[in-house]
Amino acid sequence: MSKRFLCLLLALVMVLALFAGCTKPETPDPEDEGEISTEPEVPAYSFGMVTDVGGIGDKSFNDSAWAGIEKAGSELGVEPKLLQSTKQDDYPPNLGNMAQSVDLTLAVGFLFEDAMNTTADQYPDKYFGLIDEVVDKPNVMSVTFKEHEGSFLVGVIAGLTTKSNVIGFVGGMDFPVINRFEAGFIAGVKSANPKAKVIVNYTGAFDDPDKGKEVALTQFQQKADVIFHASGACGIGVIMAADEKDFWAIGVDMDQAAESTKNKVLCSMIKRVDVATYTVIQSYVNNDFKGGAANALELGLKEDGVGVGDGGNNVSAELSAIADKYKEAINDGTIVVPSTREELEEFEPVEIE
Amino acid sequence: MLNLLNILFFSTIRSATPLIFPALGGTFSEKSGVVNIGLDGMMTVGAFAAVLISYKTESPWLGFIGAMIAGGLFGLLLAFLSIYFKANQVVVGTAINILAASLTTFLLVEIWGKPGQTGNVRYFEPWGPFNMFTYLSLILVAISYFVLYKTAFGLRIRSVGEHPRAADTLGVNVYLIRYICVTLSGILAGIGGASLSIGSISLFKEGMVAGRGFIALAAMIFGKWHPIGAALACLFFGLADAIQTISMSFGWKVPKEFLFALPYIMTMLAVSGIIGKSIAPAASGTPYDKGES
Repeated sequence: MSKRFLCLLLALVMVLALFAGCTKPETPDPEDEGEISTEPEVPAYSFGMVTDVGGIGDKSFNDSAWAGIEKAGSELGVEPKLLQSTKQDDYPPNLGNMAQSVDLTLAVGFLFEDAMNTTADQYPDKYFGLIDEVVDKPNVMSVTFKEHEGSFLVGVIAGLTTKSNVIGFVGGMDFPVINRFEAGFIAGVKSANPKAKVIVNYTGAFDDPDKGKEVALTQFQQKADVIFHASGACGIGVIMAADEKDFWAIGVDMDQAAESTKNKVLCSMIKRVDVATYTVIQSYVNNDFKGGAANALELGLKEDGVGVGDGGNNVSAELSAIADKYKEAINDGTIVVPSTREELEEFEPVEIE
Repeated sequence: MLNLLNILFFSTIRSATPLIFPALGGTFSEKSGVVNIGLDGMMTVGAFAAVLISYKTESPWLGFIGAMIAGGLFGLLLAFLSIYFKANQVVVGTAINILAASLTTFLLVEIWGKPGQTGNVRYFEPWGPFNMFTYLSLILVAISYFVLYKTAFGLRIRSVGEHPRAADTLGVNVYLIRYICVTLSGILAGIGGASLSIGSISLFKEGMVAGRGFIALAAMIFGKWHPIGAALACLFFGLADAIQTISMSFGWKVPKEFLFALPYIMTMLAVSGIIGKSIAPAASGTPYDKGES
């Protein structure tokens, strides 16, 4: 009898343990009390973010997006909500749950495209923001970046820094967004240093730091001495490998200089995801929310949506002057940076002295 | 060409290291007659405990011991439920995987104050080309072989897994042997987890085990429930992983989707018995009841 009771108790504990994973969303804002009020006289804004599989704490894409949302939240006195996705199956339910509890749901990551299409139809009276992908729905505001332009500049820096003339690129998943990094980076390397070769690898994931390190180590064994990653949390492993083997890593999305214990982050291709999420919230607050593909924002070098960050002071003044010249050439249209592999094949390297 | 083989060799060993520990653990557990589906979860708690203890004490060695204890406790839980309560071993193992994932997620937020992943902690920096875990895994393969096939205790383990009633009649304590082996499998899986979180990198991230416990389980079956066979199977899966990495960086024109699936395709081929039939210990998966006649 007592055995059966114990058995039941243990089963209960295990079932309850299942719910331990459900504590992730931040505590709801006491001012909102879950009530969704759209009355104009009481401006009770509510917004939240759904992460992609990289998750908060990737020191990269998702953290940057969250920083923009927190900034808007502290300015408006609203505590934003957060839902983490641990696998791609989480996207539709997470989007739906978030849309039910807040007015504006921000989804970060191109993997949300399908989920966003269906969820936006299910909640036509709610607002959505999508980063890195364009969805043509009236209640979805899409923001994309010209990652290839920023990647071009770090490519120039990498091309002029390498001593072995072998440079690595570690991508996350093989998708158009990440291909933009790849194409722009290679174009930059080829422009600055036609002799350099770029090794391209994809980890197939954004959340496996061990895999990122493994890929970086194999590129290092192939003589790569500068490695640029665009692979979310896999990049933690890339930077770790740089520390261990003493080569340069180039960070992505945020200034990742602080991630390296031995200051081996040469520079970072900064993508102002925080600006994007902040802009979407601003337009929702100021009542000029523009949905649909025609109104999608595209942020490039000119808009300061992408750029180069050098938190570790590893880029010499001479190098950054050259990078600035390339930046001007991109801004005035002298250089059209390729954004796909096909465009890269037709790209003619432009050397600026 | 020589350089290519060189890269392939190192990458294979590095990818195989975290698989070897849980594969050995699975071998011990199944040899004694208990199926351990929970290896993946035990790796997860091991990986987490290693980072937690290393974070609190700033000593990776204590973190390593913490991983063994955490894995061992989860092994003991599986043993307790499947031996004392005679619960279905597969169901309990699955529950342990879920418990491990949610418990670590929960504690992560409690301790580090944010979800997703922990900060960097002290870890085992590589000794020569590999980290400490690689050398340890080779030693443990040898020890496991010796214990299972060259000692009286090993003979008892195998007899308990093949024919527990006969072993019992001859005075072998079936329950005790199973408790020891299942707890040991948890300890080994915990070390496997630590080899990821404080061996390769220096932090814990949700889902970082990424199904390696299941691949280890497949390696054990592929290796015919033998420690050396299981270790070779792990190297084989490590090779599949390495080929996937390297073929891409050499720009070979193979579809990426196929390359990403390669380790799993190899796993399926292995388990479906294409390399000869593998026979599980006869009593594996069935609870032993002393009173039953």
